[in-house]
Amino acid sequence: VRAFVRLLFVGGYLSYRALFGWLNPYMYLGTLVVPSLTQLAFFVYLGRAAHVASDAYYVAGNALLAAALPGLFGMAQAIAGERYENTLALLIASPANRIAVFVGRSVPGTVNGMFVSVCTLALGTLLFHVHLPLRALPGLALAIAVTSFACVGLGLLNAALGLRWRETAILSNLLLFVLLMFAGVNVPLDRLPGWMSTLAQGLPVTHGAKAARALAGGEAFTGAFGLIAAEALVGTLYVVVGLVAIRVFEREAQRGATLEVA
Amino acid sequence: VTAVRIIWTSFVINLKMLGTSSFFLLMSTVQPVIFASIAFFMYRTGNRAGTLLYASLGAGMMGVWSTTLFGSGGMIQWQRWQGTLELGVGAPPTLALLYLPFSLANAFTGMYALAATVLWGRIVFGVPLRFAHPWLFLLSLPAVVVALGMMGLVLASTFVLYRYANALANLLEYPVWIACGLVFSTSLLPSWTHPISWILPPYWGILALRHAALGGAVWAPLGMVVALAAVSLAISFATFGWFEHLARARATLSLT
Repeated sequence: VRAFVRLLFVGGYLSYRALFGWLNPYMYLGTLVVPSLTQLAFFVYLGRAAHVASDAYYVAGNALLAAALPGLFGMAQAIAGERYENTLALLIASPANRIAVFVGRSVPGTVNGMFVSVCTLALGTLLFHVHLPLRALPGLALAIAVTSFACVGLGLLNAALGLRWRETAILSNLLLFVLLMFAGVNVPLDRLPGWMSTLAQGLPVTHGAKAARALAGGEAFTGAFGLIAAEALVGTLYVVVGLVAIRVFEREAQRGATLEVA
Repeated sequence: VTAVRIIWTSFVINLKMLGTSSFFLLMSTVQPVIFASIAFFMYRTGNRAGTLLYASLGAGMMGVWSTTLFGSGGMIQWQRWQGTLELGVGAPPTLALLYLPFSLANAFTGMYALAATVLWGRIVFGVPLRFAHPWLFLLSLPAVVVALGMMGLVLASTFVLYRYANALANLLEYPVWIACGLVFSTSLLPSWTHPISWILPPYWGILALRHAALGGAVWAPLGMVVALAAVSLAISFATFGWFEHLARARATLSLT
């Protein structure tokens, strides 16, 4: 148990440090916070031009979506980074518990997603003068935490796919585009074709963003709780599927000797 | 003659290299189509279906800018990784002349984006393709692509000194989309941002394309596109020379 916990937290922490070893704090802001904020601003202006919804709709939704950036790209690096540094084979050959290794890496990813999301929400509300009721803040914090967790769940699946396909940057971008388009962050779900809004129910961010918008709109926490619970369920499913996929693809890579060349 | 040969040969080689890059294909076809679809849905939802060609052209231009930006950001960095940056610096032609065709090829690849969004809009969303001035549209398109290539060259020159070029490229994608009003009017933006828009070639580029497609004065924005391209080219030759000297003096050319 001690080794498991050590691997979970110390391993996760060291992996996270390695991820940002080459960056300074300005680079962190420039890589994660500023792009998320400018994306939010872009959709606020597009929303104003198209007369679709209020600024609050885009600020809340895109702030939640900001958690996907570190979740998807950071987790993909859990595999791609090891491959780049030629340590992937060592990791796979080690007897370390896979759940501890990869869930450990997802913990800092979740915290990172929360931080980026909170920064984007705070700066977005200030920039566009969106009023958030004080009583909505605890609920919003929970919605952000759960959405970050769900995004990291999808990130785990993304990392697993990295064992099969080298182009993790493309995979991460594609998944981000899917969220941008399907999750109801910019186009209300009832305005999307039926198959798209149905698919959105199984994606991270969809329920979290809806909860955040409801809370920002003045709804009581109890009204948004069901949506947050749905987001947590979606996230948990992705974590489980991601861990299983890592195990399956790891064995396949060992069998086919494709670990470094996938 | 030598300069033309360098430009043509490097342009063709880089175009072939970009054609094999999945990332560039994603940037130049998939991303613009996604953004075009979002813009289509949003304008339709707001009962502004008449603006679909407007959105289609804007999303295409977004793709041109993204490929130019990431191409310019990656251009110097890839040369560093491959160990060929020093060879380029040591070669007799100026560095700006060596990288000019690379930047043009990046922007040219971006034209796929315009083709993709216009076709996507036509096939999936039934956007009518009736251009008010089709010949002027065909004239504006290469001018805009060349202007963006020149702008990319200016950016690339700064990356000779700057090691985290890709991170900077991430920073500049959305701000330029916003400042140039590619899928919405810049009149929605605060007035202090307008002078920034005026010095950016994509702002005049989208105006020229939009007016050629939907009606309006084309020659004035097209003239600005050509003028800004010339200014960008002059700046890039100066900055490439300057930054190259600094990188050599500080011995930071190949630092990765």
